[in-house]
Amino acid sequence: MSQQPPKAEAKPDNILELTHLTKRFGGLVAVDDVSLNIKRGEVFALIGPNGAGKTTLFNNVTGLFTPTSGRVVFDGRDITGSRPHEVAKLGIARTFQNIRLFDFMTSLDNVRVGRHVRMKANLFDSLFKLPRERQEEERVTKEAMDLLRFVGIQKQAHQYARNLPYGQQRRLEIARALATDPKLLLLDEPAAGFTPQEKVELMQLVKKILTRGVTVFLIEHDMKVVMGISGRIVVLDHGEKIAEGPPEEVRNDVRVIEAYLGKSA
Amino acid sequence: MSEPVAAGKRRSLFARLNLRERIRDRDQAVYGVLLLVALVFPWADYFVTGSTSDVSKAAHAGTWVLLAIGLNVVVGFAGLLDLGYAAFFAIGAYTYALFASAQLASSPLHHQYHIPFWIMIFVGMLVAASFGAILGFPTLRLRGDYLAIVTLGFGEIVPQLSFNLSQWTGGINAIGGIDQPWLPFWITGPWAGANSIATIQNFTCRVSWSQQLFPCYAFSFDPVAYYVLIVILIIGAVILVSNLYRSRIGRAWMAIREDEVAAAAMGINTVTTKLLAFSIGASFSGFAGAYYGASIGLVSPDSFFFVVSITVLVMVVLGGMGNISGVIVGALVIYYILYSFLPAMPPFVENLANNLGLSSLDHVNGNWPGLASATQRLNFLIFGLILVLVMLLRPQGLFPSRVREQELKHAAVQEEETVVEQAQAV
Repeated sequence: MSQQPPKAEAKPDNILELTHLTKRFGGLVAVDDVSLNIKRGEVFALIGPNGAGKTTLFNNVTGLFTPTSGRVVFDGRDITGSRPHEVAKLGIARTFQNIRLFDFMTSLDNVRVGRHVRMKANLFDSLFKLPRERQEEERVTKEAMDLLRFVGIQKQAHQYARNLPYGQQRRLEIARALATDPKLLLLDEPAAGFTPQEKVELMQLVKKILTRGVTVFLIEHDMKVVMGISGRIVVLDHGEKIAEGPPEEVRNDVRVIEAYLGKSA
Repeated sequence: MSEPVAAGKRRSLFARLNLRERIRDRDQAVYGVLLLVALVFPWADYFVTGSTSDVSKAAHAGTWVLLAIGLNVVVGFAGLLDLGYAAFFAIGAYTYALFASAQLASSPLHHQYHIPFWIMIFVGMLVAASFGAILGFPTLRLRGDYLAIVTLGFGEIVPQLSFNLSQWTGGINAIGGIDQPWLPFWITGPWAGANSIATIQNFTCRVSWSQQLFPCYAFSFDPVAYYVLIVILIIGAVILVSNLYRSRIGRAWMAIREDEVAAAAMGINTVTTKLLAFSIGASFSGFAGAYYGASIGLVSPDSFFFVVSITVLVMVVLGGMGNISGVIVGALVIYYILYSFLPAMPPFVENLANNLGLSSLDHVNGNWPGLASATQRLNFLIFGLILVLVMLLRPQGLFPSRVREQELKHAAVQEEETVVEQAQAV
């Protein structure tokens, strides 16, 4: 992909804009006319009860699903219906709710796969191990080690991903996503199954990620984590957006309380 | 003043080979043993048996090794089940046979071509790769099982076509009189072994212009020459494939094998990457096919049936999917069982019975077909039992692929202390 050179000034404030996004599966409306804007450099949280359509929304953004209607605009570019690898190349990386690592590859290789999209070696370079391919491999290996260090699992670099403990697998997934040099990082329940200590560490990690100039968009159930790190929150229920705003506001919203606790009779 | 530099200079060539470390790495040790055996085998065989018939067999086994290395890219690296691998083998063989024999003179073209081996082997490779791409393009969007069925169908179509397009391929009559391969004289000369002294004076090549370019050595029927040729081809294939394995492309293949959705989310174009694996696998098959046509001198439709595809698949699985050295060993083991061990069984059993004084068993008697042919009938049962036994004992294959510590060594240097800690933790 060739980059348009004078783009720097024209960068839109919103890194991601969803307009009237709808996804239907047959009769089921999983995401119902959701519009939201994510500003560059913020932590934006998506919460909602189980089955509210949070992950479906993620899948629509990352190209795993094609929206039934509505638009997805990333960094000023319409990416509605793009294929997953195209989306990744443009700069959206994600983690998965149920960890999807490459189990029988080492942690280091997992991260290096993430680097794939930013590498230039072609078939010919690789077949004959030309010097530039070697240099690139060396550089990428170093970058991957740096990322493992960044998330704190450099000691596990040469272990199979599936042999890592759960918490480290989550971290590895984040490292792998960061390896694609994303502008926007989608975290799907990154704190699920974490101990309180691990949750604190995760929040620190997210803050560190922000300093790399990456915008974070996360789905999370744990309110402590959500309230602790996110600037703005959107609440989804039955596919619909029912509230949006800063944490304190959303916490006291009547509809949100209803969605989570049920209507008081 | 600079002691380390001096020490660095003093490191001998021998030290730089890092033999001790290489032996400790299992894959490299296997390669080493294979290479050693490959070098010693022709001489040893000649001194022990006084003939080179085993060398000729070994050269034939080499074709299978090439096939297995190629299929390993498709099945082992990228995790695509290709059941029609023999089709590409056939395509390579026919490509060579058509353009390096008199066959096309009797076709509607009315002109025969004799394009040199070293050109045609790459042409065969390219043609097979293109067919792989053409077949893969519409089908690789499908999930695994569908791909298996489509390739299965393709594997049936190609031999049928070669039967029925008899105008071009000679059909059931096969294509014979195919040009032999040749090696530059400097490679063949000193190695050529037993029969070479007599034939070596005969520097002729079928293609006159190439004879002027390089003095070369007509193979006639010297098995050692074929053996040297196939060993060279295999070494080349192993180097190229392991380079690929340790590149971004190899990692992308493995990522797709492990989790296609996650791979796509990481920016890997799964369709083109799978297509590449499929085509590269096909190209090795075509390459092996061209060699096969040249070495046997006869290409007929019945050498490319489904059995061939399955045999290669068995070699890959038994050797250890995804691991090149394992796959080579797998190919050699299966070849040995199929072409040496099983054929030797009936006479062996017969002899055994004779020695035990049970020679009456050897004769046909009513429903009893005689011990030899009874054993013959059981051949594939024995083969199956061997396979089951190996897979029970080593479900991952003989030499499964392992964590690639070796290539990560330069990264490991800076992390040495952590590795030590890890070892202590273990």
